[in-house]
Amino acid sequence: MLSDEDLLDRLERAAFEYFLHETNPENGLVADTNRTGAPASIAVVGFALSTYPIAVERGWITRDEAAARIAVTLRFFWNSPQGEQADATGYKGFYYHFLDLQTGKRTWTSELSLMDTALLLAGVLTASVYFNGATQTEIEIRELADALYRRIDWLWAQDDKSSVSQGWKPESGFLHYGWEGYNEAILLYVLALASPTHPLPATSYPAWTSTYQWENLYGLDVLYAGPLFVHQFSHAWIDFRGIRDRFMREKRSDYFENSRRATYLQREYARRNPHDFKGYGENCWGFTAGDGPCASTARVDGKYHQCFGYTARGVPYGPDDGTIAPWAALASLPFEPEIALAAARHCLTHYPEILKEGRLPSGFNPTLPGNNSHGWISEGHFGLDQGIIVLMIENYRSQLVWKLMRDCPYIKRGLKRAGFRGGWL
Amino acid sequence: MQSQLLPPPSLRKIPDSPTLLAEPTSMAWRNPHPAHQYNLVILGGGPAGIMAARSAAVLGAKVALIERDQLGGTCLNTGCIPSKAILKTSGLYADMRNAEQFGAQVPQVITVDFAAAMARMRHIRARLSRRASAERLSTLGIDVYFGMGHFAGRNTVEVDGQLLRFKKALIATGARPLYPTIPGLAEAGFLTHENVFDLTECPPRLLVIGGGPLGCELAQAFCRLGSKVTIVEKEPMFLSQEERDAAQILSGALARDGIDVRLNTDAVSVREQGSEKFVDLVSDDYRSTVVVDQILVGIGRSPNVENLNLEAVGVRYTRDTGVQVNDFLQTTNSRIFATGDVCLEHKFMHFEDASARLIVRNALFWGRERLSALTIPWCTYTDPEIAHVGLYVTEAIRKRIPVKTFTVPMHDVDRAIADGEEEGFVKIHVKEGTDKILGATVVARHAGEMINDITLAIGSRLGLDSLARVIHPYPTQAAAIKMAADSYRRTRLTSTRKWLLKRWLAW
Repeated sequence: MLSDEDLLDRLERAAFEYFLHETNPENGLVADTNRTGAPASIAVVGFALSTYPIAVERGWITRDEAAARIAVTLRFFWNSPQGEQADATGYKGFYYHFLDLQTGKRTWTSELSLMDTALLLAGVLTASVYFNGATQTEIEIRELADALYRRIDWLWAQDDKSSVSQGWKPESGFLHYGWEGYNEAILLYVLALASPTHPLPATSYPAWTSTYQWENLYGLDVLYAGPLFVHQFSHAWIDFRGIRDRFMREKRSDYFENSRRATYLQREYARRNPHDFKGYGENCWGFTAGDGPCASTARVDGKYHQCFGYTARGVPYGPDDGTIAPWAALASLPFEPEIALAAARHCLTHYPEILKEGRLPSGFNPTLPGNNSHGWISEGHFGLDQGIIVLMIENYRSQLVWKLMRDCPYIKRGLKRAGFRGGWL
Repeated sequence: MQSQLLPPPSLRKIPDSPTLLAEPTSMAWRNPHPAHQYNLVILGGGPAGIMAARSAAVLGAKVALIERDQLGGTCLNTGCIPSKAILKTSGLYADMRNAEQFGAQVPQVITVDFAAAMARMRHIRARLSRRASAERLSTLGIDVYFGMGHFAGRNTVEVDGQLLRFKKALIATGARPLYPTIPGLAEAGFLTHENVFDLTECPPRLLVIGGGPLGCELAQAFCRLGSKVTIVEKEPMFLSQEERDAAQILSGALARDGIDVRLNTDAVSVREQGSEKFVDLVSDDYRSTVVVDQILVGIGRSPNVENLNLEAVGVRYTRDTGVQVNDFLQTTNSRIFATGDVCLEHKFMHFEDASARLIVRNALFWGRERLSALTIPWCTYTDPEIAHVGLYVTEAIRKRIPVKTFTVPMHDVDRAIADGEEEGFVKIHVKEGTDKILGATVVARHAGEMINDITLAIGSRLGLDSLARVIHPYPTQAAAIKMAADSYRRTRLTSTRKWLLKRWLAW
């Protein structure tokens, strides 16, 4: 049996190789999935940019190669068209969620996405902190990163409201969806509050946290959010151990501890398994946003069973169709290594066919009849899943991304403006 | 979306449609000869008016009650009661289709008898309306007048050509449906809660505009009775005032029933072709068209403040929010009170009932009881039901009250598991560090019954710790409330206390 270190190294490297294979070398855009015809996702680009420092440190690619790839990406984002036209790449410094992998133009009539721009920007800043050398390329990376950050007009995205909108479309304006309740948006707020050019007012952050719910659920006190990715994405870049905003000071907790408890909550839900889905158990869990079998009703064991396609699954209120995201459990590694590793080992032992090219799929569903004896397995791989795997395994192993971002002045400034104190701040 | 008012019921004709049943709306009644002076003259014979009349009459007051249409008001005739009646029938059909989930055989043929469901509803409505008949009220000493009442002077109300002198007056004229100003809607025709219960045939395809309680309840009921239902709500979630988790569970439940759920969507135009109505929908930049046979509008209600001559007696009002009242339910004329849908934000029958009793004490006996002191729960009777009492978390935070929520999913409750009714939760919000209950939300098949324990606790100032001492018969779904209270107790078991207990038990 592989040691934990070897297992993690293999999974991390295989996940990183997604970005090597699925990046358009001409513009640095990365495919959302490796399915035929998939567009690029700017969030996946953000993860890709964050993985290059890891790959350099691990010796998977050279520093020059990594810097060159990043420079291509940043040049594309700086030079691509910004404007109100429907096929631009972005507007007001933000970018459309999905772009054509070849042309870089908006596709799928996707929204100008604040959260996905924040994830992209997190990658841009990670790269700019790591590539601090004096070569022309590394200097260019830092200059472009700063320019991209300064161009984003966060205040415009506030749309005269107390907190920011989730996005905007040229055809219909700002989306009606706001940020309600705890979610992955801490990173967004931190970056928006720290902007040297168009910062959000400090009041916008408590306007969002005032929608939080502090719950005692399954015996755990937790800032509730159903899908596990919510408890992971901001943590891929920001080390929340020991730093607290006003909300967490009042609750005598912090966001890292909260993610640890949310991880236990997922495991506890799988233990209770209220819908009697196959496979669920102490070491088989992971309910989050991800691919699913279909968006229809199937008949399984004489019962009607509602299924979903790509959706944000969560616990304990669902939606839950028996689909497990094995990468989500693994991405909780920094919070609670023991149970995250146990879950990963269990899935790989009992469902070895889920591993393809050494990578975990977006989801699998042992309850449903599928393309193999163990049920349905998501085809191909999703960039977001592979990105969070690389970052969280590395944060567990060396804390590299956390350390880099601790040195990012924008992150520090944003956290302080949001009211975070203590710990490494 | 802009909205407009429908004219008051008595001035409106039910659309001329072969699928609608027009019931008689008036009865043979001879208005009494007015007394010299009334202690209380009430405008409006809905739940609030009737309750106030009864309460005052029982206490010996001379009371006049004026109604322009049907006694019983919206709730009895076109609201709560008829909708609950058909929800019961539709729920039964849903259970039949899901019989396998309960270990039973699905009937080979399930034929919905819509006419029977509506006949049952009308029978129930007729039975309950007997309690609120003019004859019955007259036997209690209440003078019942039918006609358009309005203030005629400082202390007089005119109805049907007669002047009624009052010491105190109560405005309880209710509200009527709002409908959106969608181009083509009026021409194509539509239903509201005022005539949907007069349908004689189940519309094969139904569009419901509005995802509030009424829209959600009727969407689910008609879907289960056989309609192909689409529901459109302009906000990103149903029941916009409720908790996110509750609204999301409801969205999932409606979709599971087969309803086409369109959140964050506006209906922007309607056109009629033959017997079909084509409705254009817009969600951000996504445009689509649904083809339906009927459209049901449920986007809210607007107070009936017109034609009452309120200006003459110094009663302030707006057409949007209704009559202005203070916490004692006094209008800007201290001798005139108001309650019910004509002035209250929450338009619930039980709210009207409670406030009407309060008004009788305040108006006739110099009481100083406040509306804000009442503990008022409410419930949306979808499946699962969504019930709430007290503060929401966001309200508590706005008031700077630190709040902690004790949550029990229904899938942890033995009886809910046995009943196959595991969807939902009990959430009880307490002031953090104490057991003071601030509010609660229950999502469960019988949430409307379960919320009562918590309402009683809040009203009686019992803390969550006290609820942990309540013994429930086993098994009940309401045990979820005790389980939440038990969770609270466990959090009180600090490490110091645990250490002390361990020491004590070390003998």
